[in-house]
Amino acid sequence: MGKKVLMKGNEAVAEAAILAGCRHYFAYPITPQSELIEYMAKKMPLVGGTFLQAESEVAAINMVLGAAACGVRVMTSSSSPGISLKQEGISYIAASRLPAVIVNVSRGGPGLGNIAPMQCDYFQATRGGGHGDYYTPVLSPSTVQEFADMAPLAFEIAERYLTPVLILGDGMLGQMMEPVEFPDSYPPQLDPSSWALGARRTPDDRHIINSLFIDPYVLKEKTEILFEVYDEIKKNEIRYETYNMDSNAKTLVVAHGTAARVAKSAVDALKEEGVEVALIRPITLWPYPYDAVAEAAKGKDKVITIELNMGQMVEDVKLAVCGECPVDFIGKAGGVVFTPEEIVSLIREKIS
Amino acid sequence: MATIRILCAGFGGQGALLIGKLVAEAGMAEGKHVTWLPSYGPEMRGGTANVMVVVSDKPVGSPIFSKLDVLVALNQPSLDKFAPDTKDGGIIITNSDLCGEPANADKVKLSPVPLTKIAEEIGNVKAANMVGVGALLALTNCVARKSVEDYLSGMMKEKNPALLDTNLLAIEKGAAYVA
Repeated sequence: MGKKVLMKGNEAVAEAAILAGCRHYFAYPITPQSELIEYMAKKMPLVGGTFLQAESEVAAINMVLGAAACGVRVMTSSSSPGISLKQEGISYIAASRLPAVIVNVSRGGPGLGNIAPMQCDYFQATRGGGHGDYYTPVLSPSTVQEFADMAPLAFEIAERYLTPVLILGDGMLGQMMEPVEFPDSYPPQLDPSSWALGARRTPDDRHIINSLFIDPYVLKEKTEILFEVYDEIKKNEIRYETYNMDSNAKTLVVAHGTAARVAKSAVDALKEEGVEVALIRPITLWPYPYDAVAEAAKGKDKVITIELNMGQMVEDVKLAVCGECPVDFIGKAGGVVFTPEEIVSLIREKIS
Repeated sequence: MATIRILCAGFGGQGALLIGKLVAEAGMAEGKHVTWLPSYGPEMRGGTANVMVVVSDKPVGSPIFSKLDVLVALNQPSLDKFAPDTKDGGIIITNSDLCGEPANADKVKLSPVPLTKIAEEIGNVKAANMVGVGALLALTNCVARKSVEDYLSGMMKEKNPALLDTNLLAIEKGAAYVA
């Protein structure tokens, strides 16, 4: 490992992507992810990479599709409204079975919203996001270190399953500085000849990358293949973290990303008061750790979902818990981040 | 010290965010857990800017806090806004050239320091925030002064040794003023 450096999440994820061999990055500026595009603008030329500020988010995501089709590691990033604009292209990339990494440093919404951290893009992120029958793996970091580590992980998942992968951060993780360590090297890119253009496996092999399948039976077969891949992803890639699970807690908190780290502080504070609360933090939001949440909820009197929105992941928590115990919700809109003290008093209210 | 929560605030351009960054860098160098979270609204020079810094022996859960252990207020609006959030018994360092007394002065350890005047005396008014760093370190011991000085030396020794000397002197003056 290298030595620790103090970095913003936006910069750390960009640096990790470059260290992971990403040499192509296309994006359009938007707060609160601006440091990411700025970092790429500064660093890509130094490593012989391509940095391009596209004329729009739509252009950027289609450049990503093109680069991915050529077999290189490619990334784009934006924030909520910009990610909405990219959705058509993400759907095309998913249908074309190409690996690419998309970072959403999400902000307050709906609409143009504001630039404060919010988790209101959960539905969009975990349900495909664009048109059509597809999903993208979604990684949710809760520290700057994890944000950085997810760049190489996202490339690995993208290449193993030939899918776009979304890293869903938020304005707080993007703007905050924390110590971060980068390893000396990351796993290299998988051999792109199985998916990229120009790699003929036989002399007359024409590898055509396409997402247009006019014949319904062909589209049916292509979509079914996609879902076989999704089953594999569900089998292999579900990630989550548990906290204070060994206690005799009767309450389980479910939270991801920024909300989870604030919730963790609240769990610690409640413990000091003699109130035990367990916590589970989904790290992959799709595929969602339904089984792990169900297991964690076993024997609990109550499950409380905490989100920086009006209640999105809580629907997945209800699917996981499946009526075994009541599922409550603590949320906040507008990009106002909870303090641990607020969470402590809200949890106390819910369990009293 | 288990955990210390510091908020530095001032006009954009006064260097409040840098005060926080120096503490965070020094804390990291000492092997502590740190977070540095700026207010990142559409701020600009002359607007207000603030940063929340946590230095802890344990991993930092929330980088956001509603009660401060230490406030460094570089101007009056910052003092008005954040003094009420300072814990009873907490520390408030003000730039007394630009700030009056907070309403809760009797409940906290108030330390007015003429940051601007001291910086002017050493020949660089822009070093006022560094005078504040000196006062902050001397009053709280949140990180060792040497860790901050080492970080600054690493950053500036080659590029701008004269400015490094000014900054180190400013830190010393700030520390001496509150001693």
